[in-house]
Order: sequence, then C-alpha cells, then structure tokens
Amino acid sequence: MSVSGDGLVVERLTLRFGGLTAVDDISFKVREGEVLSLIGPNGAGKTSAFNAITGYIKPAGGEISYRGVRLTGRKPNAIAALGVVRTFQKTSVFAGQTVRDNVTIGLHLRSRQRALAILAGLPSVAREEAQLAREAAEILRFVGLKARAGDIAASLPYGELRLLEVAVALAAKPTLLLLDEPVSGMNPVETASFMKLLGEIRARGITVLLVEHDMKMVMGVSDRIACLNQGRLIASGTPAEIRGDPEVIRAYLGTQFVHKE
Amino acid sequence: MKRALTAGWLLFVASIPLWLTDLYALHVLIMTGIFIIAAMSLNLLLGYTGQLSLGHVAFFGIGAYASSLVSLGFEVHLLPDWVVSLKPKPVWLGMVCGIVLAGLSGWVIGRISFKVRGAYFVIVTVSFAEVVRLVALNWLELTQGPMALNNIPALRLGIPGVAELAFLRKSTNYWLVFTTALTCYVLIRRLVGSRAGRAMVALRENEPLAISVGVDVTQYLVLATVVSAAMAGAAGVLYAHYVRIVDPDVFLFIYTVTMVIMVVSGGKGTQAGPVVGGLIFGLLPEVLRAAAIKPEVQWVIYGVLMILIVYFLPEGIVPALRRWWRGRASTAAAP
Repeated sequence: MSVSGDGLVVERLTLRFGGLTAVDDISFKVREGEVLSLIGPNGAGKTSAFNAITGYIKPAGGEISYRGVRLTGRKPNAIAALGVVRTFQKTSVFAGQTVRDNVTIGLHLRSRQRALAILAGLPSVAREEAQLAREAAEILRFVGLKARAGDIAASLPYGELRLLEVAVALAAKPTLLLLDEPVSGMNPVETASFMKLLGEIRARGITVLLVEHDMKMVMGVSDRIACLNQGRLIASGTPAEIRGDPEVIRAYLGTQFVHKE
Repeated sequence: MKRALTAGWLLFVASIPLWLTDLYALHVLIMTGIFIIAAMSLNLLLGYTGQLSLGHVAFFGIGAYASSLVSLGFEVHLLPDWVVSLKPKPVWLGMVCGIVLAGLSGWVIGRISFKVRGAYFVIVTVSFAEVVRLVALNWLELTQGPMALNNIPALRLGIPGVAELAFLRKSTNYWLVFTTALTCYVLIRRLVGSRAGRAMVALRENEPLAISVGVDVTQYLVLATVVSAAMAGAAGVLYAHYVRIVDPDVFLFIYTVTMVIMVVSGGKGTQAGPVVGGLIFGLLPEVLRAAAIKPEVQWVIYGVLMILIVYFLPEGIVPALRRWWRGRASTAAAP
C-alpha cells in the first residue's frame, strides 16, 4: 500500500475524547528524508495526532502506516521498534538518573541480552555493556552533552534538558523522529543551535515530523508544512505556499507575520 | 583495594560461627539473614521497578510450605475418587520446588497486574497474600491448618553411603543462609546493572518515556516479580528447614511490613540498603532484649528509631551515607 518514498501515511485519522472530536478526518504523508511540520493554534489536534501515530491513544477512525506497516493497534514500544520514536511536549526525562544512564536506557532496543544470560553473567553481557557505553558517549557528543554525562538529569538547565530528551529519542535509533515543540521555552541562541542540530539529524537520513510554534524555526527547517485548525487539516504545502495561504493566515499566522516577512 | 576490602568483609561474616560460641546469637543471625534475603527480594520490586508488593510474605510462605510438603509428602482427596498423593522426597528437591513454585506465583501476579501500577499493584499483592493465608489456614488435609506442619526434615546433602552433610547444626545453617544471601546479592547485581535493570528503573522513573524508546515495561515488571518472588521463596525454604515447623502465621502481614521497613530505612533502590536495614531491624529487638529493657519499652524504642530514620534520612541510610561521604571527599579536596 505504500508508494515508494512515502514514509508515514496518515489516512482519514479521527480522534475523539468523549463527545469532543479532537482530530477530524485528517490525511497527510511524511516522505522519507523530509522535515514536515505540523502547525496550528493550541487545541488544533497536533499533539493528539502525535499520540495516535506513536500508539499512546487509539484512533476512533482511520489508518496510520509507516513504510507499509500498519501502526494502528500497536503498542508504543512496538511502534518504537519499527523506528518511529517521539519526544514529549512537556519535558520528559528519567530525572533521577545520570545523563549517561538516560541515554543508555534509550539504547534498550539496541541491546539483545536475555534475562537468563544476564543472571548467568555471561561474557557476552559485559561485551554488550561496553558497546552500549560507547554508543551512549557518541550520542552525547552528537547533541553536545558530553561534558554533562555524569550529572543527574534533574540538575540540568532547561535548554540542556530538551537536548537530553532528543538524545534519549535518538538512542532508540529512529528512522522517523517526531519532535513535539522541541524549542518551546528556549532562548533564541539555544533555538539557533537546535536548528543546527536538526540539520545534522537530517543529514543522518532521519525523517522528521515536527510540531512547533516558533515560526522562524518552522519556516527555516521545513520542507513542507501542514496546518491544522480545530481538528481539521486546512492547508499543506511548502513554507512559501503556507505563508501566503489566506486561511492559514486567518486561523493561525495572523497578518502581522506576513507583513514582517 | 576495594575488592580486597569486600573479600575481607565476606571472610569475616563467613567466619562468625567459628568463634561465636553463643548459639542463641547465632540463631538470631540466621533469622536476620533469612529476613535480609527476603528484604533484598522485595527491594528488586520496590526499589527498582517502584512497585510495592505488600503481599510479599505470600511468596515467602509459598516457598516454606511447598518445600515442607514435598519433603514430608502428602495425600489429599480433591474429589471423592480423585486422590493426589506424594511420597516424601529428598529435601533438596523440596527446596527446588519451593523456589520454583514461588517464582511461578510471582509470574502469575506479574501477568495479572500487567496494567496496574502504584496503589492497585499494592491491592493485588495484598489480596493474593490474604488468599494464600486463608488456604494455608483452612485446607487442613494439605497444610494441617493451625496445627502446623511439624517434623520438617533438615537438608541433607551428599552421596548416600559415602559422605553426608546434614544441616542440623546452627553453624551449617548459618553458612547455608550466608551462601544463599550472597548468591541472591550477586544475581540482583547482575540484573540491575543490565538492560533489564535499566528497563525496571525506567518503569519507576517515567513509564511513558520508557515505552516511547521501545522498552516493553510489562515484560520487565514480570521478570522482576518472578525473580523477586523466587528469592523470597528461597528465604521461606531456608526458614522451613531451619525452624522445621511451618504454620499459617508465616503469612502474617507484619512480616511484609518488617521487610518494607528494612528496605526503606536502608535505602530502596540500592543494593546495600536492604542488607543494612535488615541488620539494624533484625538485630535491634535482640539487642534491646539483651539490654534487659522492658518489652513495652523495647518496641517504643524500635518505633521511635524507625520514625527518626524515615524523618531525617528519607532516602534511607545507605544513600545518605554515600552523600555524606562524597560531600566530605569534595570539601577535603577543595582547600
């Protein structure tokens, strides 16, 4: 069912909470290797769509598939094993663990040792642990948290916490990374360096689905943008098309933004 | 250096029966050791997965009863013409059965509570322990109920006719408990230092994030419950063949509470915590008794000490000591 190049396919997705329809019959695709941003006002259904794609909520209708494999009905950990990994809107780390241990937990899918081998203390377990330590160090170097490896996550400043979240997600070796407002609360310098990191993530061939309110970032990094409003998809296209779309301007961007550009 | 220190400590603890002549003191140490094993097993669940098993004594009791019954033999009439009977089996086989059966019941608990966390997990485990206690109390044909299982044989190991070691003396039982505790400690250390242990900690710290990176938390909660239950069962097995009488009082809620006190006061989520907590609260009643303090006052002191530890060292003794040690090291290095 997957057309070559279509990574994530969301078809006629509908989500309901009680009587409220949070997402109403939306369809979109994320092509392999691209950065697609979901924008729209608060309550438009962006995070709900994220939760449905990654298996945290069950859709009332519609189909989601990735690389031709159906995601709907699978558990989040099974979806992660297919290469679809997300971050959370509210900062979410293993707060009491060191930065290094956070990433090592994230490497779970990269390790293979079974319980009996672990209890028996086989040499293969020690070999794998050494390998995981190397991989964790490499990921920390990649996001720029190498110097923080031994610190307890809860002690990190906000900007670095958000980097740690991305590091934990990257540890799960995603081919499709879903980022939920990764730069919210960051200052402009931090945002700029995050945009650079996003470019490097992309250079590694990872497809990115982004939810973000920072329009400068969205316009800067996205190949395509989809705009949601009140649970409906109102427009999708290149950043230039979205910027000029009258309905998007009316529902979300406002005329100010257009004038500024 | 550190390894030599550990080896020295272990040799010291192992040598106790060689120079401690007071048999009652040795008995207290054996009972404390059995409780430390149970506390270590509880810590795997409470300290690492963050789930409190308030029915932990059920696994202890299942181990004790199963091992006793296999080594004593039994005959029960399940239906008028359906009799299940078992001839007495060697004690070591009973012990294996006790540990396996406790582990299996842990698997059942882990499976049926795959979706329950926190307070609901507590309720499942408490209910389970109560059901098991009522079965032990009322299934007279199998368990003798309140009359207790008597004359439980002690462990005998060896080649028949060549050499045999009977675990009748306190010293041999002490070494058996010591070896078992050491084995459990090593197994838990391997587990918590591995991907399985990290998955358990991830479940405790942030379950939504854990599943987002592909950790099948249920699988590791079940693993923790099985290993924990089997170790609690091992403690029960040792108890049964040392005390050599088992009655439904082994399921008393206060024993679970004692295990929780040992884990929490020592430091949950640390390996040394249950050992330290177990030593303090296992030996304290005996020390107070030896000091010839009135029984009522003994328990008041016990309770006050417990409150003081929880109040001033909420994370437990071991983490607090570690922090103090690190603080001292860094201030010593600073000037």
